[in-house]
Amino acid sequence: MKPAEFYQRDRQHHGPALHRDYKTSVTRSPQYALLSLENSLSEITGPVFSHNDVDKLDNDLIKNYAKSGDPIGERIIVHGRVLDENARPVPNTLVEIWQANAGGRYRHKKDTYLAAIDPNFGGCGRTLTDENGYYYFRTVKPGAYPWRNWVNNWRPAHIHFSIFGTAFAQRLITQLYFEGDPLIKTCPIVNSVPDEKAVDQMIARLDMNASIPLDTLAYRFDIVLRGRRSTLFENRLEGN
Amino acid sequence: MNYLKETPSQTAGPYVHIGLAPKAAGFDIFDQELGWDIAGPNAKGERIRIEGMVYDGTGAPVKDVLLEAWQANAQGHYAHSEDGRGVEEGFRGWGRVITDFDTGLWGFDTVKPGATLGRNGTTQAPHINLWIVARGINLGLNTRLYFEDENNADDPVINLIEHIHRRETLIAKRRETDEGVVYRFDIYIQGDKETVFLDI
Ligand SMILES: [Fe+3]
Repeated sequence: MKPAEFYQRDRQHHGPALHRDYKTSVTRSPQYALLSLENSLSEITGPVFSHNDVDKLDNDLIKNYAKSGDPIGERIIVHGRVLDENARPVPNTLVEIWQANAGGRYRHKKDTYLAAIDPNFGGCGRTLTDENGYYYFRTVKPGAYPWRNWVNNWRPAHIHFSIFGTAFAQRLITQLYFEGDPLIKTCPIVNSVPDEKAVDQMIARLDMNASIPLDTLAYRFDIVLRGRRSTLFENRLEGN
Repeated sequence: MNYLKETPSQTAGPYVHIGLAPKAAGFDIFDQELGWDIAGPNAKGERIRIEGMVYDGTGAPVKDVLLEAWQANAQGHYAHSEDGRGVEEGFRGWGRVITDFDTGLWGFDTVKPGATLGRNGTTQAPHINLWIVARGINLGLNTRLYFEDENNADDPVINLIEHIHRRETLIAKRRETDEGVVYRFDIYIQGDKETVFLDI
């Protein structure tokens, strides 16, 4: 079967490149129209990862940088499925995350926030989805942190997510937010996404059934990547 | 029709390096950093280096970018089942690089890709697909790097660019150095020299 194209990306569902309330976007947003391409092999293919690329502990942020003990903070599991827009699971795909520690501080030389660095917390992890598109991480809940935009902007607690899918056209970076966080509504980065239902897709739900009693809370976060057409009629992608 | 909608994109933010290039960001956490070796040891073809800068709308270098490259091997085959024609053992064709925090320069070593299959039996001139994320970029920017010493005149994507003078923005400039062949590819996010970005 010939590979079929991906559905056109719905750019009105994403935040526009220019969102004035997010000040950095003002000079980092293209002004000319994008050139729309029909998919070729260059877009339909993408890097393939395997279990040789990741270590067992890579998805455990409580242990993967621990030196003298566990990191400070609420212990949480973040788990869910990677699906495509046809609701089909995306198996064996690389999911990478990074986040601030429980105080809202990143292990990064450019982060000068006064919250302490946690000697036992690196703040990054990665894993492959299983055959059903399922993934999980163990970590601590990140803290909110202030950032220079307006004078009193605070990022809601969030975890950055990078997902590959099977094609370069599916490449996506997003952020996970936590159900019930009052800072979500105040954030210019969140609010760059115009549709409330779209914002809702980035909010992880408390999942008591997946929590570990007396040990760890759980949050559920499903991720959707672009879907593909089925080849009812050949769209002469190649050949002839 | 129970279609789902793609999860909205969010900026990679200023600390993207922690997650996607921790070693390059200065801390050791994983045994293996992904994406630093694009072609692998067995790749055939011309060994080249690609380097450049990314500029914002004021003309200042953007120093917190992360770029990913996706390319075919020297025969024009992608390391993916939907190409299916096979590549050298160890050739992945994918790379990831960050800009120098002080200068904004980025660069990676690879092999020059061959021409790839286009749509409807056409051929695409050799190119590297690029994806650019950073603080201030809400949805990753896609573009393509072509090579000035290849025949790009018949490339189906180049030919879609209506404003002919903008086609230049996708062409990397070749120079020979003591260390080998270097292609220079500067990316302008905004402004008069704005790079052609793609909606793929
Ligand atoms: Fe952040």
